[in-house]
Amino acid sequence: MIKLEKVSKVYPDGTEAVKEVSFEVEKGELCVLLGPSGCGKTTTMKMINRLIPITSGKIYLDGTDVTQVDENKLRRNIGYAIQDIGLFPHMTVGQNIETVPVLKGWPKAERKERAKALLELVRLDPGEFTRKYPSELSGGQRQRVGLARALAADPPTLLMDEPFGAIDPITRIDLQNEFLKIQQEIRKTIVFVTHDIYEAIKMGDKIALMKDGRLVQYGKPADLVYRPKDRFVEDFIGADRALKGLQLIRVKDVMDASPPMVKADEKVMAARERMMTQEVDWLGVVDDNGKFLGWVSRADLESGEMVRDIMVSSSIVATVNMVLNEALSLMLSSALNSLAVVDKDNRLEGVLTFDDIRRGLSEASQGEPE
Amino acid sequence: MRRLVIILTISAVLIGVTAWVTSMEKVGVFDVFTWGDLANEARNHFWMVFVAVGIATGVGVLLAVLVTRPRFSKLATLVIGTGNVGQSIPSLALIAIMLPLLGLGFKSVIVALFIYGLLPILRNSYAGIRNIDPAVIESARGMGMSRLQIARKIELPLARPVIMAGIRISTIITVGTAELAVLVGGNGFGRITFTGVFAYEPLLILQGAAPTALMAIILGFMLELVERRITPRGLKVEA
Repeated sequence: MIKLEKVSKVYPDGTEAVKEVSFEVEKGELCVLLGPSGCGKTTTMKMINRLIPITSGKIYLDGTDVTQVDENKLRRNIGYAIQDIGLFPHMTVGQNIETVPVLKGWPKAERKERAKALLELVRLDPGEFTRKYPSELSGGQRQRVGLARALAADPPTLLMDEPFGAIDPITRIDLQNEFLKIQQEIRKTIVFVTHDIYEAIKMGDKIALMKDGRLVQYGKPADLVYRPKDRFVEDFIGADRALKGLQLIRVKDVMDASPPMVKADEKVMAARERMMTQEVDWLGVVDDNGKFLGWVSRADLESGEMVRDIMVSSSIVATVNMVLNEALSLMLSSALNSLAVVDKDNRLEGVLTFDDIRRGLSEASQGEPE
Repeated sequence: MRRLVIILTISAVLIGVTAWVTSMEKVGVFDVFTWGDLANEARNHFWMVFVAVGIATGVGVLLAVLVTRPRFSKLATLVIGTGNVGQSIPSLALIAIMLPLLGLGFKSVIVALFIYGLLPILRNSYAGIRNIDPAVIESARGMGMSRLQIARKIELPLARPVIMAGIRISTIITVGTAELAVLVGGNGFGRITFTGVFAYEPLLILQGAAPTALMAIILGFMLELVERRITPRGLKVEA
């Protein structure tokens, strides 16, 4: 847990970079420090591991005042990843990752083992990459190694300063998704600095929005999007906040979880009957294992004997964990009015329509989303 | 490859010239120096260069590490500036200044050569450390390396090729400057060259100057090989 109490930073020339900022990051939570450049977000982050000395106020890490610990010992227990990564160019990927374990005096075998496990965690083949040098890696690979290095000594806390900032947009989205997956496993307490509102909404359990050294609003992403505290927050979120709100909702939360369906091996008669009783114009078609195959509509019922013969196959599906803007984009680009929602084994879990999306959005903007 | 050919050709010419003059026995009324004399002065010359550059390396690298600490960053301009002044004094004048200060002999020679050879090493070491990507230093600090660990494990290894280049330049300069040592009671090839100067015998001058040039070329080449060898592999490989 990280706790900031009225933390301020005043430089010798009188500049107040951070003014009485207080907030708390719960254990296992990812807190995004968000704001325009020069708002003090990076300074705030760097005061946590004392790269920048605190002028006044207190910062506690799991209850301990950070100024009471030797600064190098403190930093060895806080993972640190920055935009420019700062891999050591004269050391191999393996040696880079082992930096903190070496500082902490881990035995060699344990260090090697750890480096290997971490490379696997960030999806780099240890056999191929351990002996490579940073200059031999792509930008995305370097960023992965940087993350592995930050996690090397298994620190409970992680500080990340725009870690995906210098990467092309496509790789960035991949890395964000992978990092979220990794975070689900490792559950670190993270302070994550970014100026990208989309990244903040996507990554953050909490967002601390800063302006001119002050904390303007602190809360869940949905709070900032739907309950902005003032004009600045509203402007920062932007006029398209309804669209940004789509990113806060997952398909499984708004879909129709008991869609009308029929098995491919059933007779057309059975399909017709089901449409009558459930008062719908279409049915989802699944195989014996519940896997999604396609659709059958009322108009298709005129011919054929088995559902399999008349159904329209489809492979365009949403997954349960997709966020709504991705699902919506899929619907718009494929000109479908409803989207089959499947789990990771392609089993039909539900159906998503434009109405569901509209309803989800209005619920989120009115009440608490949880 | 082409450079190697050039170096070998020039070396061969220099050896040829030296051998030619040495085989003459007499130029004008003067006896030429023997092979034994040449070997002796080569040893003296090398020793002066070795000691002076050795001290300059120790002092230069240490000073560079010192003035690249944030705490002493204001000293940097002063130190580099002083080094600049040291080298802008003509070498002959610098050696002459040593005479009243330290008297005749080896000590004066070494101090003068040291002052003259310090700047390239100091300046290269300073630039080598300063030019390290700040993100590398920041991440090292952020991971909990102490200042000393950063200097030893990160800064010096990364600056090593540039420092080594400074040592090479300094060595080449010092081999040349050491010719003047004989004027303040030192030894080396200058003994031969200046005998020629005072005797007004160009061939005698050549007998001292050619081996000096040869020594500069050979040492320069050897240090370049060392430089290439100690460059960390990670700085050489490309994706």
